[in-house]
Amino acid sequence: MLEIQLFYIAATIALVATILAMTRSNAIHALIYLIVSLLAVAVIFYLIGAAFAAALEIVIYAGAIMVLFVFVIMMLNLGEQGDSRERQWLRPGIWLGPALLASILLFELALLIGGITGPVSSGAVSAKQVGIELFGPYVLAVEIASLLLLAGLVGAFHLGRRYREGAE
Amino acid sequence: MEGLDIPLNHILLVACLLFAIGMLGLMIRRNIIFMLMSLEVMLNAAALAFVAAGAHWGQADGQIMFMLILSVAAAEVAVGLGLVLQVQKRFKSLDMDDANRMRG
Repeated sequence: MLEIQLFYIAATIALVATILAMTRSNAIHALIYLIVSLLAVAVIFYLIGAAFAAALEIVIYAGAIMVLFVFVIMMLNLGEQGDSRERQWLRPGIWLGPALLASILLFELALLIGGITGPVSSGAVSAKQVGIELFGPYVLAVEIASLLLLAGLVGAFHLGRRYREGAE
Repeated sequence: MEGLDIPLNHILLVACLLFAIGMLGLMIRRNIIFMLMSLEVMLNAAALAFVAAGAHWGQADGQIMFMLILSVAAAEVAVGLGLVLQVQKRFKSLDMDDANRMRG
């Protein structure tokens, strides 16, 4: 029964953090809330027994994709007056909200890791089962996904290169 | 209820709400970075629905779909952020309404 309460807390955090992310005016602040939202969804994945999906969610979504966003925002160099902004970022008002929501999630995770001895749900799908399915009946989908990633790589390289002046 | 203690329809409701928030964000924001973030939220909501359904029936297919969605999101964000850099270079702003003409 504990899982169900934890699920509702995590779901509330996911929704609140997403709404806050969508209504920020500063892109970096929105990004922090979005990361909290993704962490909350990862906790939900863990609670419904998809531990491998939870790990992937954190590593790829909250890790890689969000870092890509941060890099691009930094590259665009949107803010002038860097110093005053830097000082503004260090005020607690800005990071307190995301930190509070994330610490609730951390508390949930600590409770879960401390309290259980096996998979959370009785019928949890194991990573082994996923791997067998992935490289059995779904092997064509894996190939297509790899092709898609290659296309994304080529497209990003083409869009990201610098054009010479006058060579539009 | 096979393997899941949490009611499936509640998880699907959360996924629904997340998708709705993402879609609303896509419609009300004109900054291209926020629009990309909204797309991420929507893809994530779809992935949550897939994983929840997979866990409900004890099948691995849900998590496989989650991985495919993950790779789609990664490819989409790479191309999308490349477009952001180009838009910023060309129009000196991130407002999508500046870039609403083709062959500009």
